Amino acid sequence: MGVRNTILNIEGLKVHFDTLDGTSRVLDGVELSVREGEVVGLVGETGCGKSITAKTILRSLPVPPGRIIEGEILFLGDNLLELSREEGHQVMSKKMSYIPQDPMTSLNPVFSVGEEMGDLIRWHGRRRLGPLELMGLRRKHDNSIAKAVELLDRVKIPAPREIIRRYPVELSGGMRQRVLIAMALIGYSSLLIADEPTTALDVTIQKGILELIEEKVKEEELSVLYITHNLGVARRLCDRIYVMYAGTIAETAKTQDLLDNPKHPYTSGLISSIPKLTGDEFKGIDGRIPDYIDPPSGCRFHPRCPEVMEICEQEKPELVKVGGGRLVACHLFSTGGES
Amino acid sequence: MFGRYLAKRLPYMMLVLFGISLLIFFLARVMPGDPARLALGPEATQEQVQALRHRLGLDQPLYTQYYVFVKGLLKGELGMSLVTKRDVSKDLIQRLPATLELVAVAMTIAILGGIPLGMLSALHKDRTIDQLSRVFAFAGVSFPRFWIGIMFQIGIAYTLGLLPITGRISGDPPAHMTGLYLLDSVLTRDLAAFMDSFKHMVLPAVTLSLSPLAQITRLIRASMIEELRKDYTIVSRTIGMPENLNIYKYMLKNAFTATLTVIGLLVGWLIGNAFIVEQVFSWPGMARYGVNSVLRNDFNAVVGVTLVIGVGYVFINFIVDLLYGYLDPRIRLKK
Amino acid sequence: MEQVLRRKEKGNLARAFYRFKKNPLSLIGLGIILTMVLIAIFAPFIAPYPGDAGGAVHFKEMFQSPSWKHSFGTDEVGRDVLSRIIFGSRISLTLGIVVLSVAVGVGIPLGLFAGYFGGKVETVIMRITDIFLSIPPLVLALVVTAVLERNLQNSMFAIAFTWWPWYARLAYGQTLSKKEEDFVEVSESLGASRLYIIFGEILPNMTSPLLVKITLDMGYAILAGAALGFLGLGAQPPTPEWGTLVSLGRIHLPKMWWLSTFSGLAIFVTVLGFNLLGDGLRDFFDVEVD
Repeated sequence: MGVRNTILNIEGLKVHFDTLDGTSRVLDGVELSVREGEVVGLVGETGCGKSITAKTILRSLPVPPGRIIEGEILFLGDNLLELSREEGHQVMSKKMSYIPQDPMTSLNPVFSVGEEMGDLIRWHGRRRLGPLELMGLRRKHDNSIAKAVELLDRVKIPAPREIIRRYPVELSGGMRQRVLIAMALIGYSSLLIADEPTTALDVTIQKGILELIEEKVKEEELSVLYITHNLGVARRLCDRIYVMYAGTIAETAKTQDLLDNPKHPYTSGLISSIPKLTGDEFKGIDGRIPDYIDPPSGCRFHPRCPEVMEICEQEKPELVKVGGGRLVACHLFSTGGES
Repeated sequence: MFGRYLAKRLPYMMLVLFGISLLIFFLARVMPGDPARLALGPEATQEQVQALRHRLGLDQPLYTQYYVFVKGLLKGELGMSLVTKRDVSKDLIQRLPATLELVAVAMTIAILGGIPLGMLSALHKDRTIDQLSRVFAFAGVSFPRFWIGIMFQIGIAYTLGLLPITGRISGDPPAHMTGLYLLDSVLTRDLAAFMDSFKHMVLPAVTLSLSPLAQITRLIRASMIEELRKDYTIVSRTIGMPENLNIYKYMLKNAFTATLTVIGLLVGWLIGNAFIVEQVFSWPGMARYGVNSVLRNDFNAVVGVTLVIGVGYVFINFIVDLLYGYLDPRIRLKK
Repeated sequence: MEQVLRRKEKGNLARAFYRFKKNPLSLIGLGIILTMVLIAIFAPFIAPYPGDAGGAVHFKEMFQSPSWKHSFGTDEVGRDVLSRIIFGSRISLTLGIVVLSVAVGVGIPLGLFAGYFGGKVETVIMRITDIFLSIPPLVLALVVTAVLERNLQNSMFAIAFTWWPWYARLAYGQTLSKKEEDFVEVSESLGASRLYIIFGEILPNMTSPLLVKITLDMGYAILAGAALGFLGLGAQPPTPEWGTLVSLGRIHLPKMWWLSTFSGLAIFVTVLGFNLLGDGLRDFFDVEVD
């Protein structure tokens, strides 16, 4: 496929939350990149900071209590964190798109599907509307409804002409998620961020939505950052996977390499916790995600790590290249660990 | 859908109206205190009191009295005023528009002022404008209405001479159409009467509107802040909805719908407080008539005023409910 | 684990204080109310002319504007306005306490019964509540005063008569949501009496919204009492009730501005105090009441 441009590159992103009990150091130097046409998975246990990472990219991190300490998010050449609120919003809303986690709460309950989609199609990417446009008095003579129908058709919604008149309350969770995917396609131009788009759905419906996303990703050659706690889902969709643990990237590699030959002990643990992938009995990893207010010293994984060494308690491992485009943050592979 | 809603709602409304008639009848006839004695004063002889009791039907059994009372109501008869010696219903029809106009203008001020002020506070949460609106809100609900009205009269009307102190109009009222001076003067293109009644309207309406204005401001603020955190707000902003469209259309409709639940209550509040404001500004409305009837022990008039208000209030709440169902499909489409 | 738990407990308390601190106005409210209560209790010692509280007459000193001798001026028969306002605090606070005691005493048990027993009890109680609420409170209070003699006690009764349904509604809503909770089921299975469950288990679990509502309502009840006084339907002269004082002073406007201004200001400050404190308590307990 040749060398492709990097569209998103995150370097050393640190995000803290101020709580009454103290500062919660959630993201502790996240490194991540997405190239054009690439589907990248961000995988980790619930609470590892995946969604915070997505929220920070999408500028919907609640500040306060959240605080961006340092790092940069380069998106198509702009450092999103240095842009003003308005500029950033402009870049983001024009070029990024988003599929949310919970379809039940992600559609405005008092507007019909067609109303909201129509406005998105009509005004997409405009930061502000003039007063007449705002009052709906000046609507471009457009084919936004026809387009909405077409989009709903593309996400395999039966009877789309009927659905655009419906309100969210009349639609099932799966239907709503399809509508949201259709909406995301309106806004899509460079990067799609999907934040666990199937977790809130019934298992039977999950499959259909996943197939739909898989199909759309291939058909439309989307660049995607797909966030999930499910390594199996990531395996189906992603070209490359980032494994995240407690606010840090543990490892990244091409999907097949990562699954065949995990380097980081945490990755191995994750893989062995999926019975389908190994055929073995469910093993899992002992312990749970650490406290972010008082995180473990050194490597945040060390209290749970089966191969813990002395250095792991003292020094935080850097992400280092281990060949084949792979990066691992573990003292087993860093020069310090080997010596 | 409307028919079904009405069918569900109507029996309940009838029950409430029946209840109101019973409650007022109870207050009128069963409570200690003798309307005839009160009306005639302590100097009247026992015979005079008996005569009036007989004339008012107070010497009949209670159920007969209630029957006569309700039969009269259904025919629109509220009996004779002991003070004006006219039909209470005629007195009320004459005075109702003044009160309606006052309450309507006050409600309009409260809504049209409260929504932008609440939005401004929410969008600038914890900044100066929000703090100011907070202080205003506390003051607005804590002012005694009669006192702030008097302060306006002293400061704005008397000292500065900007507006009339009392009354509804100084010159000739506009030709009678609806009885609402502002509306009538617009309909008849009577600019002088419009300006005249407008000037008279300002102070009473503002006095009456302060507390609802403060409450609507706080409610809109609270619900807008909640809207800002809602998933759907974040999603639509993220996928490219213009920022002001998101705020003024998508968030505001939700926030307003949430506020609608208390609009009915606020109307009740406005009607109650119109009794005070009309008294302060000598506003020739139904509420002032009601107060004077109470003061003069004109019992039929008191009952009439209360009934009209009770029925009107039930009706307004019904309209608010309809509007709520119209604005929020979750209510409309459930079951 | 134990450590985590302890931190959480500390967290809850810290959170509550954080919410209270976020709202320094509530401390001002508390200050106002405490001051008013002290003034009411020690009125005879604080008032410069305690004799002026009642029907005293000093024609030589009538209509004096505020001065060192009479900081709020004197009224139409020469009484010291400040002294009368100081004694007025006793009336307003008493009115608030009496009205709310009656409203809470009647409304809360009715709401508890309606919510706990359901069925016919619920239908009857809540329909009656609805009917009371379908007439604006101040209007209903006016009707009640119309059939009674005009005095302070009757105006308290009239206001309480319109106030109880709000408490019935509050208790009813709270009971419905608490009824299904574990502690009620446990007591039921242990064979506790219904009255004990209602008053010993459910009632104590609604103290925070109740406390917030009572605080806010103290202000509104005082306001309603003053309104009746102003309309001439409450306390009668020479009782130094604040609303009555505003109404009497109004006759001499605009020249004798001090008569109405200061008594109205006293109402405003007191009501404001209860509102500020109520709002702070609402943040503190993190409850919503309408």
